[in-house]
Amino acid sequence: MSFLSYLINGISLGSIYAIIALGYTMVYGIAKMLNFAHGDVIMVGAYVCFFAVTRFSLPPVVGVLLAMVVCTLLGMLIERLAYKPLRSAPSLAVLITAIGMSYFLQNSAQLLWTSNPKVFSSVVGNGALKLFDGQLSISYVTIVTIIICFAIIALLLFIVQNTKMGKAMRACSEDKGAAMLMGINVNTTISFTFAIGSALAAIAGVLLCSAYPTLMPTTGSLPGIKAFTAAVFGGIGSIPGAFLGGILLGVIEIFAKAYISTQLSDAIVFAVLILVLVIKPTGLLGHEIHEKV
Amino acid sequence: MLKVDNINVYYGAIHAIKDVSFEVQEGEIVTLIGANGAGKSTILKTISGLLHTRTGSIHYEGKDLKGIAPHNIVKMGVAHVPEGRRMFSRMTVEENLQMGAFTQPAASVADSLENVYSRFPRLKERRKQVAGTLSGGEQQMLAMGRALMSKPKLMMMDEPSMGLAPILVEQIFDIIKELNQAGSTILLVEQNALMALSVANRGYVLETGRIVLSASAKDLLNNDSVKKAYLGG
Repeated sequence: MSFLSYLINGISLGSIYAIIALGYTMVYGIAKMLNFAHGDVIMVGAYVCFFAVTRFSLPPVVGVLLAMVVCTLLGMLIERLAYKPLRSAPSLAVLITAIGMSYFLQNSAQLLWTSNPKVFSSVVGNGALKLFDGQLSISYVTIVTIIICFAIIALLLFIVQNTKMGKAMRACSEDKGAAMLMGINVNTTISFTFAIGSALAAIAGVLLCSAYPTLMPTTGSLPGIKAFTAAVFGGIGSIPGAFLGGILLGVIEIFAKAYISTQLSDAIVFAVLILVLVIKPTGLLGHEIHEKV
Repeated sequence: MLKVDNINVYYGAIHAIKDVSFEVQEGEIVTLIGANGAGKSTILKTISGLLHTRTGSIHYEGKDLKGIAPHNIVKMGVAHVPEGRRMFSRMTVEENLQMGAFTQPAASVADSLENVYSRFPRLKERRKQVAGTLSGGEQQMLAMGRALMSKPKLMMMDEPSMGLAPILVEQIFDIIKELNQAGSTILLVEQNALMALSVANRGYVLETGRIVLSASAKDLLNNDSVKKAYLGG
């Protein structure tokens, strides 16, 4: 029974990684950059929800929606101010800017909200589902997290495959120049991608802090890095890849904690990542990149 | 319809296009011929807004294109079939065509699709196929079909014959003639000067970023220096 419980917890943690990884992978797919500030947008989302619920006594659902709105605007603002001016700059300059933006957000959060940890109260409620005469107990947060993750993936795949904006995103990810010649506004498409990724970051932030209720300015940092790893693991640029990579990373992490060593769990996760990349450098579901001559 | 006036275009410090002026009248096929690296593609990219002029101006239907973003130039009725076709290779044939209609109202897309499919029945057969798996000739048809989806008034084509077998080259040029007869104005860039001049009304010869000769296509075909340099003697 404990195996099943670990598996479900792993999938739940993995769902959070997957939701964050989607933001990395979509932005990478379309803007061809690694937005290392993405993890810190998660933290901002969690703070917004926290204050909405505790300070202003708003219902949790409103808190989540508010967090999504704030993060969407923040993500678009970051793109507009920090990344757009570097559209034709070398990728190293963009990467450094992204890391700088990450520290800027963390330090701003520290100034605004201090570095004292806040105790986040779950937006889902603290109960648990008991199965098999109480031998298996799954918390509601775990269940809700998994359901939300699957719903998000389904929605995103629908948007990307079937909507006009989604097709524009795919066109931009393949060839921005050709996309412009189709009449696609590439800047709007990139901005839209940041908006979606950041709204997802808000959801991930709230779910993360509902499961692990300590909220600090650095809260988004490690999950952000791990989700980035998950995106690479699954094949960066691929939406199903981010999903698969996230879930696998979560399951491996929880199993490593349960059966091998809590201290070593992160090392094991990254060792698996390295192994996968040695065997399949494009990640599990990644596309081979053909250099055009 | 299109008036390019004394433009200069730079890639960084490289002066790629030097004082180039030319015109395209409505209903014409005009070709720019010249060797690889003469600046032909650069001129098309500048007209569609992907590159910018440092000096000089480009007017389309009397409007200055300076500062207008590429996607808005498409909306004004200028389609650009880029060099190397630039398919969205992971999308299906039909999705590629739909992308071509990005600026068009959703209600008109089905009609445009039928129109393109009747011109290129081969594309209809392959509508569900991923574009990356098409042959070179089919890809060129798709690139042209995709451009037609935006209902262009001016179609610019960059090396449509590149990499194609001679029989396909003939087919592509037949299609270009048909499109022109159906009302499209065409600006054609080609290394295959013989084919290009055989369909065009007028031509301009480009050498290292400069126009060195301009005349009717017929006169260019009979010009000694053009014959020697571009028509194989």
